[in-house]
Parts: sequence; C-alpha cells; structure tokens
Amino acid sequence: MSKFPKLILAAHAALAVSLLAGSALAGKYNLGREATSEEVAAWNIDVRPDGQGLPEGRGTVAEGEEIWTEQCASCHGDFGEAVDRWPVIAGGEDTLAGDDPVKTVGSYWPYLSTVFDYVNRAMPFTEARSLEPDQVYALTAYIMNINDLVDEDFELSKDNFADQKLPNEGNFFDDNRLSTPVFAKTEPCMSECKPKVKVTMRARVLDVTPEDDTD
Amino acid sequence: MVRDMTADSPTDDHKLKARRSFLRGGLAMGGAAAAAAAAATAATGGAALANGDQNILELKDWNQYPGDGVDARPYGTPSEFEEHVQRKSVPWLTADPISSVNFTPLHELDGIITPNGLCFERHHAGIAEIDPSEHRLMINGLVEKQLVFTMEDLMRFPRKNQINFLECAANSGMEWRGAQLNGCQFTHGMIHNVMYTGVPLKVLLAEAGLKSNAKWLLPEGADASGMTRSVPMEKALDDCLVTWKMNGEALRPEQGYPLRLVVPGWEGNMWVKWLRRIEVGDKPWHHREETSKYTDLMANGKARRFTWEMDVKSVITNPSPQAPLKHDKGFTVLSGVAWSGRGKVSRVDVSLDGGRNWQAARIDGPSIDKSMHRFYFEFDWDGSELLLQSRAIDSEGFVQPTKDALRAVRGENSIYHNNGIQTWHIKKDGTVENVEVS
Repeated sequence: MSKFPKLILAAHAALAVSLLAGSALAGKYNLGREATSEEVAAWNIDVRPDGQGLPEGRGTVAEGEEIWTEQCASCHGDFGEAVDRWPVIAGGEDTLAGDDPVKTVGSYWPYLSTVFDYVNRAMPFTEARSLEPDQVYALTAYIMNINDLVDEDFELSKDNFADQKLPNEGNFFDDNRLSTPVFAKTEPCMSECKPKVKVTMRARVLDVTPEDDTD
Repeated sequence: MVRDMTADSPTDDHKLKARRSFLRGGLAMGGAAAAAAAAATAATGGAALANGDQNILELKDWNQYPGDGVDARPYGTPSEFEEHVQRKSVPWLTADPISSVNFTPLHELDGIITPNGLCFERHHAGIAEIDPSEHRLMINGLVEKQLVFTMEDLMRFPRKNQINFLECAANSGMEWRGAQLNGCQFTHGMIHNVMYTGVPLKVLLAEAGLKSNAKWLLPEGADASGMTRSVPMEKALDDCLVTWKMNGEALRPEQGYPLRLVVPGWEGNMWVKWLRRIEVGDKPWHHREETSKYTDLMANGKARRFTWEMDVKSVITNPSPQAPLKHDKGFTVLSGVAWSGRGKVSRVDVSLDGGRNWQAARIDGPSIDKSMHRFYFEFDWDGSELLLQSRAIDSEGFVQPTKDALRAVRGENSIYHNNGIQTWHIKKDGTVENVEVS
C-alpha cells in the first residue's frame, strides 16, 4: 500500500476506486462508508522521511527567500533568527550540549521531510494550507540555505528530496528510560534518609509567577 | 480580587436584595468582600464574639428571600464565590496565546475528576470551532477498506467508558533548572483527569481491516495546526479510545469537540483533538511534534525520542503556594494527587522534613489504571516550618525520583518528562513557597 498515494495522484478516481473495491471487506458493524479517492487525496498530505507523500513540484532558494520575506520573516526573522519567542529556524550549531541549546532545523531536526510536512500543513501560522507545493519546496530550500546546508542556486524537488540529509539525524535514540537508574524499582528509604535538610533554592528569588489578578 | 462578573452575574433581583440589606444597615458587601470579611471575622476568633458570630445572629438574605427559579441557570455555573477558580496561563512562556498553554487549578480541586471547564488547554493553532454535522473521521492507508465516518456513525459503535489522566509531557518543564513558579497550578497544572466515552480504536481499525504490514498510526487533527503524531499499533490495539464525551457531556471545544483520541498514560500531545483522520502505515512519520518538539535533549547533546509513557508522579496540592495554611497550629489535612502512565499508584509517601523521614499517605477514592489518585495525610501541625514532599510508587514498582536524581540522568535541558519530587516550604505564618532542598 506504500505506493497507494502515488496511485491516487497519478491515476484517476475510477482506477483507484476499482482497486479498492477488489479488496473491500465489510466490517463487523457495517458502519461508515468507503472513502472516495478524491477524499483521501484531499486529506492525505503527510510526508515521511523516505519521501512517501511528497507531491510533484520544485522550488529554488531564491524563490523561497521571496516567500519567506513576505510570509515568514515577521515571526521567524529574515534569516530564521526569530522575533520575540517565535521558533528559531536557523543557526544553533554546536549548542545542544551547552547551557542554552538552540534547537533549529539545522542544529536539531532529524529529517527534512518534517520541514516540508509542517510548512505544508500548518504554515503560515495565520493561513495554513495556503501554499502551493512549489512554494513549499522553495521555502524548504530556503530554510536549508539559511542553515548553510545548500548553496544559493540550489533547487529542491520531489526527485532530489530523499537525497537531502540533516546533520543531526544520527543524534536521536529511542526511549531507553527504563534502563536508567531512576527506574531501579528500589524500595525507598523511610527514615533518617539524609542529614538535616537545607533549602538550596527559592522560587521567590526569580519572581516569575503570574500575579493573582493578571488575566 | 473582584472581577467583572458580567458573564455569570448574580441576577438583578439578587443585587436588589443585597442593596436592601445595605439599607437595613447590614453589611454593605458584594460576594468577594463578604467572603473576605467572614474570613477576617473567623481569623479574629473568639475576641470578636461578644454575643456570638454575626453570621449566626444576623438574618441572612438567603434565609429570608427566595432565590432564582429552576430555569435561571439552564447550564449551571459555579457559585460567584468560586470565581477565582480558573485556568491561568504564564504569559511569558510562549510567543502568542493562540499557540500556548494554561494550567489546571489543582489547588482548588479535590477527588480525582477534573471539571470540564477547568481542564488545562494546550493549542497549537487556537481552538477549532467545528460543527459536528460537518465533521468526518477518515481511516486511510494500509487497510482493506478506507472508511469515512460521520459523528452519527461513530455513536452507533459499542461504547466504552474510561477514566484517564492526560498530562502534557512538558508539565513541570519550567522547573528543570530549579524552583521557578510559585504554585502547583503552574508547576503541575498541565494535567487533568476525565471520564471519557467513546469507541475503542481497535474496533474502528477492525472495521477498516488492517493489512499485515500495518504497524503505525498517524492520527491527525482538523485544526489549523493539523496536529499529527505517530502512534505504534500495539498501543492502538491496547487501550486507545476515539471519544466524544468527557465527564458525561460533549467534549469542550478546547478539548477537541467533537472528537478526540484518548491515549491512556501517554503524553498529552498524542491525544489528538478535533480528530479527523487516522492513517495506517508501516513506519513512523517523524513529524514536527515528535522530532523538533517532544523529544528529550540530554546533557551530551543527543536526544531521546518516542518517550511516550508519563512516569510515576505526585504533588501536594494543599497546602501549596496558592493555598497557604490559614489557621494556627493544630489538626490539618494535607492533600494531593498522584498518577502513573504505567499503571495504578500503589502508594504515596509524605515527608514533612524535606525528604529525611517519610510516612505513608492515605489514598482515598477509586484507584484506576492510568488515572489520577487522591491522597491525604492528616497531621497535627505544631506551627513550625515544614518542608513538604510527596513520593509516589506505581503498580510496576517505579518510584518517583528526586529532582537531583533525575537531573543526574537527564541534565537540565530535556524540558519534558520531569517527574521529580516537589518541595513546598511552609513558613511559620502558614505561607508556602516553591523551594529546592539539599
């Protein structure tokens, strides 16, 4: 079924529906109805790291910069440095092990497909789903460029997408919390567990709690 | 303290009676002020009681005049004297309230169920306002038959009720570097506990027919963030619910009306609101909320991903910074909540001396898998300073760690999954502060 989205995009509804009908089995409750190929295509926009789900299209860094300046820079800054507390998109290399990690597409995100998928489904913030595929390719190319991953003349397309890797991909590992000491299942101490206790830090020193009457 | 009460103001009739009371030479007070005066009277103790408590000696309006009739409040709201019980946000935390979070006032609640209007909110593109007649749920991908359901279709499936806590993975996330926010609402309020009604996800998947290579699901929201998370098939076939009711009534808009995925015990971000589509696939999608966000950065710069379960945790809700002790020394009730994404809570210990000595608290009310538990510890306060802590142990035997033990294995930059033991410093005057201890 991994080829299914391509089929829908490439072929016409009649073909897709006939393929489905061949394997259609009635559910136990016979509730709901079969989705049409147009319906699935309308909603099935998600993209995976292996490129599954990418639409046809292409876009250059220069085209991306133009869209970025118009639709993205007011929150994310001209070069992805961000305004106020909006997400930083570029920079942050070599900060992840420091006191102030800056998690950007270049420094942190493991997969480029995540950029394409997220921009395509949720950006710009005030008007999601308004970008054409070529625009999303162009913006993704621009985001790569401001993260020093590609040159100014780079063009990103469906065809070369899967070849693009982000530098931090290898630094993610699956959940292994249970192997850490805090999950030792040790019967906890009940009395005289440590010497007399001292206060080491107080919230009031920072004083960042909202006031009672702040709405 | 007195806010605009336009939203649920007492009736004009009620105000008139209050004015009448004033003209009679009684206490000229609105609700909040009256409550404050009552507290002041109580605080002065016996000295003010020449002939006795004025609250007893004086005839009260509510004791003399009839109140509102049955249809004055067709959808009931709390007493005006409870108006301070509200969700609250921490404005500096996020760039914009549209993609932000507020917090459940845990210190004002008791038992285990969170009232619908007080369940904390976390939106990534604001609240989607959806007409249920226009809402559809699609199941597509690696299934025998790709399906579309209306809300009416879904309500014809066999139903199940489940009480589960939902905790944001970032709950207590602001406390990694030390005590910061003064109130359990802010330190621990990204949680709620609700009874959901819906259809088991596995029933819907069976209706579509899973293909043999179906290993992952991608639930997707209908809001403007198009929220997506990858959910492994084992969890989907275990205890996930597709729900439309919370605590007996329709989901609130801010909780995903008309349809929400319930993923018991797992981080709240996966409980996709405004659920409109579930794609079935053979690999995870690695979308934004499971790569850029909701991954746990370690001190060495590497990051843990797919950290789904919420770890065993507890907090003392009363007393706490927003709920100080208002009485002199004497008998008092300490109360709190505990939960684990890996099972039930089997025990909660309480310390009055910052974790040096511990005693078992009393769990009261239902003990349910992946639900909040309520605990109490009654004691005689001698009026001295205390360092209160609670420590939960779950049915798997996992023990809530100290914050320092957690920092030793996580560093201070992981944001998510902070289940460390909280300390409240009770002062001699009964006020309470969020502190860290040796």
